[in-house]
Amino acid sequence: MQTPPSPSDAITVSNLRKTYRIREGGSWRGKTRDIVALDGISFAVPKGQIAGFIGPNGAGKSTAIKILSGILRPTSGEVQVNGLVPWTNRIAHVARIGVVFGQRTQLWWDLSVAEGLALLRDIYGVEPERFIRNRARLADALDLGGIMDQSVRQLSLGQRMRAEIAASLIHDPDILILDEPTIGLDAPSKLAVRAFVHELCRDRGTTVLLTTHDMHDIEALAERVIVIGHGRILADSPFEDLRTTILSERILELDFHDTPPELTLPAGASETAREPHSLTITFDPRQIPAPALVAHVGHLPGLDDLRISRPSIDEIITRFYADHAA
Amino acid sequence: MTQSPSRTLSGPGLYRRMAGASIVAQLRYPGTFVIQAIGNFVTTLLSFFGIWSLFHRFGSIAGWDIGTVAVLYGLVNVAFAVAETLGRGFEVFGGEYVRTGSFDRLLLRPRSTLLLLLGHELRLRPIGRFLQGLFVLAAGLWLAPHVQWSAALVLPWAIAGGAAMFLGVLIGQAALCFITVEGLEVVNVLTYGGVEAGQYPLTMFGRWLRRFITFVLPLAAVCYYPTLFSLAHPDPLGMPTWVGALSPAAGFAFLGVMILAWNRAVAGYVSSGS
Repeated sequence: MQTPPSPSDAITVSNLRKTYRIREGGSWRGKTRDIVALDGISFAVPKGQIAGFIGPNGAGKSTAIKILSGILRPTSGEVQVNGLVPWTNRIAHVARIGVVFGQRTQLWWDLSVAEGLALLRDIYGVEPERFIRNRARLADALDLGGIMDQSVRQLSLGQRMRAEIAASLIHDPDILILDEPTIGLDAPSKLAVRAFVHELCRDRGTTVLLTTHDMHDIEALAERVIVIGHGRILADSPFEDLRTTILSERILELDFHDTPPELTLPAGASETAREPHSLTITFDPRQIPAPALVAHVGHLPGLDDLRISRPSIDEIITRFYADHAA
Repeated sequence: MTQSPSRTLSGPGLYRRMAGASIVAQLRYPGTFVIQAIGNFVTTLLSFFGIWSLFHRFGSIAGWDIGTVAVLYGLVNVAFAVAETLGRGFEVFGGEYVRTGSFDRLLLRPRSTLLLLLGHELRLRPIGRFLQGLFVLAAGLWLAPHVQWSAALVLPWAIAGGAAMFLGVLIGQAALCFITVEGLEVVNVLTYGGVEAGQYPLTMFGRWLRRFITFVLPLAAVCYYPTLFSLAHPDPLGMPTWVGALSPAAGFAFLGVMILAWNRAVAGYVSSGS
């Protein structure tokens, strides 16, 4: 993974470490202790990619996001974003990225969305024509027409998130960092946000780094997942690869109108739950293909129905964290 | 696409835009604003009536007449009102930026943090204190015996120096918030306490406090000496009168030191992350 920075990479991170020094007991004279938040991580994100950045709470995600955003200086290691080192020239760096923190607003509570965007135009120094063009494009894509003149405090969470995303893109950043962009949103708003990010990447080649606890965001958007735990990168691969390597197993559920019979299963399959009228069998399709297993159980007396399912993404990730004690 | 030259507003230009937006936001509830401004005017004026009744009873106190004290009072209140108007972002920094984490949001904007916090709010409410201070200052000039023509130059200069000094205190208080989060209530000794102390001639205080408000917080330099100069009042402590024409510069020096402290505090925040 220690490849030299390539011009086609929007983000390169190598051997990034961050330790926090905390005071025990909170007193001024107390002993200090170092906590390792990032323990030497390296990765590169090519231009135009959507990379998911996931991990349990406390894994070091926020620390990495803060360093990439230029608001935190690492203890050691190298980072280049758009060819700039984020923390050495904060102002030049942040002018070229967009950041959405799902939990915090970047607009002004007491101003309307339109007034807030105009203020951001002046903060970022966006030329008037470009501002008008971007505003129209974002208002259209994020369906902001009806809320432009409402003050931010009156917006619903879904409306506010759409306005936040517009606010983070008004200056045409090459890189968009989304930190929990769908947290607390209802289903239609989540779908709207995902669809927009997808189009943004496809049509404008924006590089997106996405952190989320909603694995559906990852499944819908990320071409690639970087899993972080204990300050280290635990996995870095396309999502489907993660799925097959971590949890390739399938689940076969059988319903009976009487007590399920005792049965012997072929290698690679095992009974994982038994209820008064149902059985759950977990199997590895590489050892026993689904059709063969279905043929094996299909003749059982009293069998009403059967279903085959894959573990949910949440189960996959939970298993992955458990395997790595993350 | 980001390489194209952008039309970046200058610092003052952006400040005007942000201040204008904050005025729009404050006037969204005009009734509240008017009531607060009137309340501010009345409460601060009442404190002057306390001083006035003292002088009404005794005529003059320790050689100081009511006119001189009114000029001092007006000066320090007008200066503080200007600082309160400009420095609201620093005043609320601990509660609204550090504790909530929104300071990170501020760092994501490609502008200096000082400019962004100045633009947090151009606060209209201190107009009450400002107007009553100006009113008392005018009354003092009318009552004082030897007003110099140069007062017309020195008093605005003293107000500017005083506003700079109080703004410096607010910036210093905000810088401390990185350590204490909520901000030290103790610092109010320098803001509100400074206003109280500035209302009285320097000779009324003990030696220790006199030194403090001369050399640590340059309160005497922005209020007391300019007042003596404007009213051709000799200093009972022996300082030459002309000092008052120059001393308000100390307010700007104090502000400069606090800005350096602020920049160090921000650099410390960025490297420690807490």
